Amino acid sequence: MHRVLGDRRAIAILLGPALLVYSLIMLVPIVWSLGYSFTKGNTIDGFTGNGVANFSRLFDDPAVHDALWFTLKYAAIVTVGQVVAGYLLALLYVFFLKKSSALIRTLAFFPVVLPTVAVGLLFQKFFQVAPQTGPVNSLLNAVGIESIDFFGSAGSAFWVLIVMDIWRSMGFYAVLLFAGLVDIPDEVLESARLDGASGLRLIRHIVLPLSLPVLMSSLIFSINGTLKVFDSVVALTNGGPGNGTTPLTLYMFQTSFTYSDYGYGSTIALLLTVVCLLVSLVVYRVSQRDLTEG
Amino acid sequence: MAIETPAKTSAGRWSRGLSGNAGPSRRPRTPRRLWVKIVVTLLLVVEIYPLIWMFLTSLKSNDDYLNNSTWSLPTTWQWGNYSEAWTTGHLGLYVQNSLLAVLPALALMLLLGTAAGFALQIMVWKGRSLTLLVFLAGMMVPPQMILLPLFTVYFQAGLSGTLWPLILTYTGTGLPLTVFMMATYYRTVPRELFEAATIDGAGILRAFWTISVPLVRNALLTVGLVQFFFIWNDLLIALTFTNNQDLRTIQVGLLNFTGDFGATQYGPLFAAICINVFGTLLIYLFLNQKVMKGLTAGAVKG
Repeated sequence: MHRVLGDRRAIAILLGPALLVYSLIMLVPIVWSLGYSFTKGNTIDGFTGNGVANFSRLFDDPAVHDALWFTLKYAAIVTVGQVVAGYLLALLYVFFLKKSSALIRTLAFFPVVLPTVAVGLLFQKFFQVAPQTGPVNSLLNAVGIESIDFFGSAGSAFWVLIVMDIWRSMGFYAVLLFAGLVDIPDEVLESARLDGASGLRLIRHIVLPLSLPVLMSSLIFSINGTLKVFDSVVALTNGGPGNGTTPLTLYMFQTSFTYSDYGYGSTIALLLTVVCLLVSLVVYRVSQRDLTEG
Repeated sequence: MAIETPAKTSAGRWSRGLSGNAGPSRRPRTPRRLWVKIVVTLLLVVEIYPLIWMFLTSLKSNDDYLNNSTWSLPTTWQWGNYSEAWTTGHLGLYVQNSLLAVLPALALMLLLGTAAGFALQIMVWKGRSLTLLVFLAGMMVPPQMILLPLFTVYFQAGLSGTLWPLILTYTGTGLPLTVFMMATYYRTVPRELFEAATIDGAGILRAFWTISVPLVRNALLTVGLVQFFFIWNDLLIALTFTNNQDLRTIQVGLLNFTGDFGATQYGPLFAAICINVFGTLLIYLFLNQKVMKGLTAGAVKG
């Protein structure tokens, strides 16, 4: 009876346009970009073959090392921060606020929908020291600490970036993890309580293992996003001071469009893609092993 | 959500009783409940105060902003900052550009994605799971990987200087998630429905349009909302393809906002940030349950 649902002409008409657009905008350019990695030049001036020079440059370029290290460091800290903050919030929702958490959930979620550029500019002004002392520094002054020039050094700018991205996304992960926690059957919690488990012990021995699957999928989702960080950095620090907060994504952008070197830009993009795939693969493998052991 | 509502009302009454504010319960205030209250208050202050500060600052004059305490209220409420941002700051133009790029991309993406989702989930043919996997792979690849070839193509096709590069790129990069989510929603629609409809002689294409699309109307709104936020908030693609000042989207425009006045005008700058933020906030205010559901559903794609 699947005759009508197997109609090849209909399938072509339904799927064709999407597949065509997807191929032209995503698949073909990916392969094309691979080709660019072996060239030098840009769209306006034309391209010339460059062999594997871009790749050897990639290995020796200190800016790439810095950007790669920054990307990994940022991704690791923000991923852990987002998921841990989200998990704590989710625990708060489920075990302390109980059914009345809907309003708090909705309020804590909203920074996720705000434009990153706006949030970046807001945080820039919120943490600034000049021309006007922002709220954070004036709070520090109030308790007797001198103003800190947060964007004057890469170290402190990095932490403002971390704080901002956790602020933006913890409500999102809270809702994601909340869904996992709600799924834990009441009987399981009840019988654990009868056995004398309570508070932290209940969470550590019962709740945490049971919410491991949703924690792992949050981690995978989070790392996949944080490795590609671009908007927050551009809006908050634009990679500075110097290139102190420049991730691979921004270095690729600058190489391509500020220095018009599409060949090398493509090579950096390729590195970024490989890093994304590798990290996802590792996290996935580890999570699978943990789940089967648990 | 329909299932949730009755449970919520009864549970709401129950927990109100527990918290002891409005309910008749006379449960004593335990330290633990106080602790929860402090945490929740702190959370709300941290989440909401920056926005209040931003709004108040957007109503200050430059002198007021630079010379008075950052905590103070505006000495005079400069509502003119908003019109200044909108006209002198060209924010009106940027919002218009954003709408002109986002809405066509959204419509195209939903149309193509729904048809593809239908073909991949309802239609029966060899290789459909592989095709879905090919679409899914697109979500892993960083957009940096496709920007440079696209730039070349758009340039050579003479499309630079128009909004077409944005519309096309948004459509293409949004398709993986759209196709995946629509295919997931179609899983809840029984195939028999279409077999029965097509026995009467209606073609499957017509059945897709007249029967399946109304059935997934809700899903279309959810996916549309999610994608709207993604595209509206996008910076990378907009920054790459808007080399012309008149084409800037709201995000690119805001990023370069300070440059358009001689010296930085803080009032209008904050007004511009506010317009950007409160636009998305307004949508969230009315559709928050749908947005939350959609965005988290889009995340669980592993």
